[in-house]
Amino acid sequence: MCGTCGCVETDKTVVPVDVHERILSGNERQAEHNRHHFRDSCVLAVNVMGSPGAGKTALLEATARALEGRRGIGALAGDLATENDADRLRGAGIRARSITTGMACHLDAAMVHHALHHMAWNDLDYLFIENVGNLVCPAVYDLGQAANVVLLAVTEGEDKPLKYPVMFNRADLVLITKIDLLPHLPEISLPRIHDALARVMPAPRVLELSARTGAGLHAWIDWLMEQERSVADGPLHQVQLVPRPR
Amino acid sequence: MHEYSIVQALFEQIEHQAAIHQARSVERVVVRIGELSGVEAALLQTAYLTFRERTICARAPLEIAAVAARWVCRNCGATLPRGRVLRCESCGGAGRLAQGDEILLERIEMEVA
Repeated sequence: MCGTCGCVETDKTVVPVDVHERILSGNERQAEHNRHHFRDSCVLAVNVMGSPGAGKTALLEATARALEGRRGIGALAGDLATENDADRLRGAGIRARSITTGMACHLDAAMVHHALHHMAWNDLDYLFIENVGNLVCPAVYDLGQAANVVLLAVTEGEDKPLKYPVMFNRADLVLITKIDLLPHLPEISLPRIHDALARVMPAPRVLELSARTGAGLHAWIDWLMEQERSVADGPLHQVQLVPRPR
Repeated sequence: MHEYSIVQALFEQIEHQAAIHQARSVERVVVRIGELSGVEAALLQTAYLTFRERTICARAPLEIAAVAARWVCRNCGATLPRGRVLRCESCGGAGRLAQGDEILLERIEMEVA
C-alpha cells in the first residue's frame, strides 16, 4: 500500500525477450516433414502456382496426355469451393484430390499433409500441388515441394512479374502459357515479359508453351524429368522459402 | 489476406514465450517484415489489432520494422541497383537477395511477476 495516497503499488517488471524466430517456423517444420515423406518415396512434388485462369489445370491435363502413362501422376488441387479441378484432373487420368480451403487464399503445409493421409500417393512419380489461383499469398508458404512452378498466361499482361515480385522471385521455373493466343494479341511482346522476369528473378528459367496445341510441352516434360533425377539424392535446387543464408 | 494466418502463428509463438517466462501480460511486440516477404505491413497491423483482444497481447502495440530489399551480386558482392535486371553490371554474376524476405518475431516485452 502506498503511504501517500493509498493506491495499491504493483511490482511491475517489464523484461524484453529477444526471440529472432521466423513467424512461420511452425509451417516450415511441417513442410520439412512433408519434404522428407516425398524424398523417402522418391516422389517429385511440384507446387504449381499462378493467377486464376492462368492454365494450371490445363497444364496438368496436357502433361498427363504428353506422358502417355509413362509416369504415375497425382495432384492435390487447392480450391476455395468446388471439386471442378479435381474432377477435370481425374478425367485426364490423374489421381486427384481436392483441398477445399474455404476462405483461405493459399495452401499451407498442414493442409497438404492432411490430404496426403487421404490419398494413396507414395507410388507416384510426380505429385503436383495445384495451389489456389492467386499471385500473392501462396508464395509465402512452403509446402514441402521440390520446386515451385509459376504460370503466367500471355493474356495477363507483361508487367505481372513487376507487380507480383515475391511470387516470381520464388519460382524455380516460370511457364509462359497460352502462347497459341499470341497472334491475337499484337500488343503483347514475349521479350518484354522475359525482361520483366529478369528484374525480379536473378537467374530466371522460363519456358513458353500452349497446353491447347502442345507447343513447348516437350521442354516442360524434359524439365520434369531433370528434376525427377535429383529427387532420389535430394533436390539439387531445394526451394527455400525461409531467409537464405547470408 | 494471409496476414490473418500469420498473426495466428505470431500469437502462438508469443504465448509459448510468455509461458516460458511466466509472463502476466505482453507490453510490446516487435516484428521485422521484409519488402519481398509477401507480407503487407498495414494488413498485418490490422489483423493484429483485430485479433489481440482476449489474448495475452490485448494491451500490447505491434511495432513493425520494415526491411528494404537489397540485392547483391553473388560473385563479387556489389549491390545491384533497384528495379533493374538482377545481374551484376561489372562481373555478370546473378543477384542474391541479401535482405528483404524476413518475416521475423524479433522481440517481446513482457511483464513478469
